[in-house]
Amino acid sequence: MARLIRMDQTGHTTLAEWTAGDPSSAEAAIAAFREELDAGYYAVVSAGEGQAEQVRELPLEADLVILRRPIAGG
Amino acid sequence: MSAPGAVLPETAAVHWRPRLDAERLRRRGRLWTATTVAHSIPFLVTAVVLLALEPLSFPVAIMAIVHAWMIPELYAARGANVLRPRRRSADGPERVAAGLLGDLVGHAAREVHGRTGVVPERGRLGIWVVGEAGALLVRPGGRRVDCWCVKADAADLPSGDRIAHLLLALREDEQGFATVANLAFSGARWRVRRRLTPAVRPALDAAAGLAR
Repeated sequence: MARLIRMDQTGHTTLAEWTAGDPSSAEAAIAAFREELDAGYYAVVSAGEGQAEQVRELPLEADLVILRRPIAGG
Repeated sequence: MSAPGAVLPETAAVHWRPRLDAERLRRRGRLWTATTVAHSIPFLVTAVVLLALEPLSFPVAIMAIVHAWMIPELYAARGANVLRPRRRSADGPERVAAGLLGDLVGHAAREVHGRTGVVPERGRLGIWVVGEAGALLVRPGGRRVDCWCVKADAADLPSGDRIAHLLLALREDEQGFATVANLAFSGARWRVRRRLTPAVRPALDAAAGLAR
């Protein structure tokens, strides 16, 4: 089962889970994904060892999509 | 290493900064060294001139020499400070965040994080040592270190999540990551090492080993 998680003060929160054979769970995940992007989060998926890719649409084939806050120089 | 062609969105917030590549990084390092020398040399010259004019002025000359020595030390301390551990969250969130971070890195990096609280990551610019509010970049060869001050825009995150934010951004776009971050120090590894907390030093040593 694929997961959409958001890194937050609890460690992380699972916002949605979906499977390829369940369109309703995928739709719910897409809605949750868009809501978080609108709130200012960036979505990232692993793209092989030591690589990550930012995504603007929920990749339904991914196992794990992580939402992160922006970074800035301190 | 970042995906080819990817651009970290945060770079838009620092659009006036040129994108940092290996050559620009080398130039900034040289400039940093030149600036430090320019700050220190006048104090050394002052000490020499004072002693030449009046040997009894040696206490003032010694003070000038101490100043010359302290300037690079203070810069190095500022650089090492980027890996200083921040305030901990409650045990539960820290455990959850450490679990997620552990899933993002390999066994060796997980082991280093367990011992030192920071995560090593190989990039194209060198070996990174990623902490909660910044990262060190050990250049190829292992002798020079750049200290970067950069953090997630959220103060309430557990330690593991703060590192994971930086790690993911670094993996998305290494050059963009270095462009967004503020350079706190660039110089000799030994100078930074002795200013790090003892627990973190093995991570820097390991990164230097990988960079050689």
